[in-house]
Amino acid sequence: MTASLGDRRRERIDALAARAGALPEGDGGVSLVKSAFRRLRRNPVFLIGAVIVVVFLLVALFAPWLAPRDPYAQSLLSEVRQGSIPGSREGYPLGVDQLGRDLFSRLIYGSRQSLLIGVVSTVLGAVAGMMLGVLAGAFGGLVDTLVMRFVDIILSVPGLLMAISISVLLGQNQVSLMIAIAVTQIPLFARLLRGSMLVQRDRDYAVAAQALGVRRRNVVLGHVLPNSLSPVIVQATLSLATAIIEAAALSFLGLGDPDISRPEWGAMLASAQSVLSVRAELAIYPALCIIVVALGFTLVGESLREALDPKFRR
Amino acid sequence: MTSAMTSAMAGAVPVLEVEELAVTFTRRGEASTRAVDGVSFAVAPGETIGLVGESGCGKSVTSLAVMGLLPRRGVEVSGSVRLDGEELLGASDRTLRKLRGADMAMVFQDPLSSLNPTVTIGTQVTEVLYEHRHMAKKDAVAEATDLLDRVGIPDPARRLGEYPHQLSGGMRQRALIAMALACSPRLLIADEPTTALDVTIQAQILELLRELVLGSGTALVMITHDLGVVAGLCDRVHVMYAGKIIETADRHDLFARPRQPYTGGLLASVPRLDAGRGTPLTPIRGSARDAIPWAEGCAFAPRCDNAEDDCLTEVSGSTVPLEYDGPGRELRCRHPLQYPPAAAGATASGVPR
Repeated sequence: MTASLGDRRRERIDALAARAGALPEGDGGVSLVKSAFRRLRRNPVFLIGAVIVVVFLLVALFAPWLAPRDPYAQSLLSEVRQGSIPGSREGYPLGVDQLGRDLFSRLIYGSRQSLLIGVVSTVLGAVAGMMLGVLAGAFGGLVDTLVMRFVDIILSVPGLLMAISISVLLGQNQVSLMIAIAVTQIPLFARLLRGSMLVQRDRDYAVAAQALGVRRRNVVLGHVLPNSLSPVIVQATLSLATAIIEAAALSFLGLGDPDISRPEWGAMLASAQSVLSVRAELAIYPALCIIVVALGFTLVGESLREALDPKFRR
Repeated sequence: MTSAMTSAMAGAVPVLEVEELAVTFTRRGEASTRAVDGVSFAVAPGETIGLVGESGCGKSVTSLAVMGLLPRRGVEVSGSVRLDGEELLGASDRTLRKLRGADMAMVFQDPLSSLNPTVTIGTQVTEVLYEHRHMAKKDAVAEATDLLDRVGIPDPARRLGEYPHQLSGGMRQRALIAMALACSPRLLIADEPTTALDVTIQAQILELLRELVLGSGTALVMITHDLGVVAGLCDRVHVMYAGKIIETADRHDLFARPRQPYTGGLLASVPRLDAGRGTPLTPIRGSARDAIPWAEGCAFAPRCDNAEDDCLTEVSGSTVPLEYDGPGRELRCRHPLQYPPAAAGATASGVPR
């Protein structure tokens, strides 16, 4: 190549670079996240789920202002008798429970506990599980075997038993409750991410990146991991629902919050059992709350999966 | 021996020399499969060779073995693969990684699945530049823009920010070619690069590959089952069947006088415009699954019209060898197709034993 040709080529590159530089970063295309949200906004399933989740979050956040009464205060005790618990009336929209506390206010305060436990334990479980999953999926071989056998050990203990053992070991308080629920979720996330990474690792683009001499670390972190995440994100929203239910189960067994008067949907559901024949509403309302929140997170999760999956792109 | 002969004919020091390459897949509790069985060929700078054959004949495995991309476990690779004289089989991962993308690159069959759907084209093209040429971000973006421009992608600066699903099939394949050529490799392996594209785009991509090869002196290995691609692009052609090369010839010789009945069958099964309407195509009988192990005779014998008893090892006492068959030609066949001497001229008239 002659010098003039080389110069001309350099000039051309400079001109192109100037053009490239003139464009703002990332303006040319629509990023995956951006286009996912664009599609989500038009998806009624996502909108319904999101509204449910947001409403409950707001309720939890503004509970002191929303609740008409003190959730701990006992009243109308004179009317609470064996075989009769007062229902809805002026000032008590849903009536009182068997100890004379306003049910509506307790449901509102209960959202704080349930959502907090659900979110924190799911985040803990997902982060720990994903770290194990990445280790196993990225290295394979001996590391994979060791990590997955460790996960199998966790998995071999029934979830509730594991949670009970951990909360007994760590002492009865809210933090140990969250850790207990988180641990039971680790295997799911670890296996899910590992499996999804194994699939992606053999995909053409991962092989193509290797064929271009890209470092293994960059292939794993830059190509394999981003493509493996969407099932994990979906699972996290679905796990939120499970975590809330599991928290309820643990409080039912007396392993939840040591302060048994603190409103929590699971505990409320459990304590209503003894008066189910007198006033079934005491069980139905907390159960409804659990179901609706779980449904909200599930709807969001499902629509996220659709939006994040490139195959579903319209 | 074989590769020495072919390289001498190409008249230049070969970029890639493959000698007696064999790939065996082993699985616990199952009989092992020999996917590639003693394949030898060489490619000179600026030369294009074709590896032709049906699905499952070992073309793609050969290319993956050359690139060192076969998994370690359950795969045995033997023989020799030399890039510019450097042995690649048994080389360390680190060495191979440095060569891949820089000195040898590969273009895959399906451009959509070969691009990462979650990352922009720009990121994927510049990745190679960072990896091998250690460019700064600004330079890499400029170079990537130029690369996309060179492979004929309009408005390259905008395309850099787009995702693979936003490009058309032809543009995706162009982007992949741009990535493969980012470091001006000495060797480019194209594994059926046009199969997933429609005909007009195919022609453009082939034209692009031809320009790039002629312009830069890159050695090109074209893996294909499409004889049209061979006719348009390849200098020399190696026809593979059941893991072995069964016929080697220059493009013109191969199309004019195929000697292996299999090659003849391949050519006969291509529709021709001048054949007249209603003339039925003549497919090759059976399928590649009917192949017998080479140790028992010619693998193609069960499907061959010319086959006779001595095609089987138990009758002739030896496996069918790949032998000299006139200048620039090699053939693995005991009963090849014959041509009248007058029409054939000097090259193909010799009747083998």
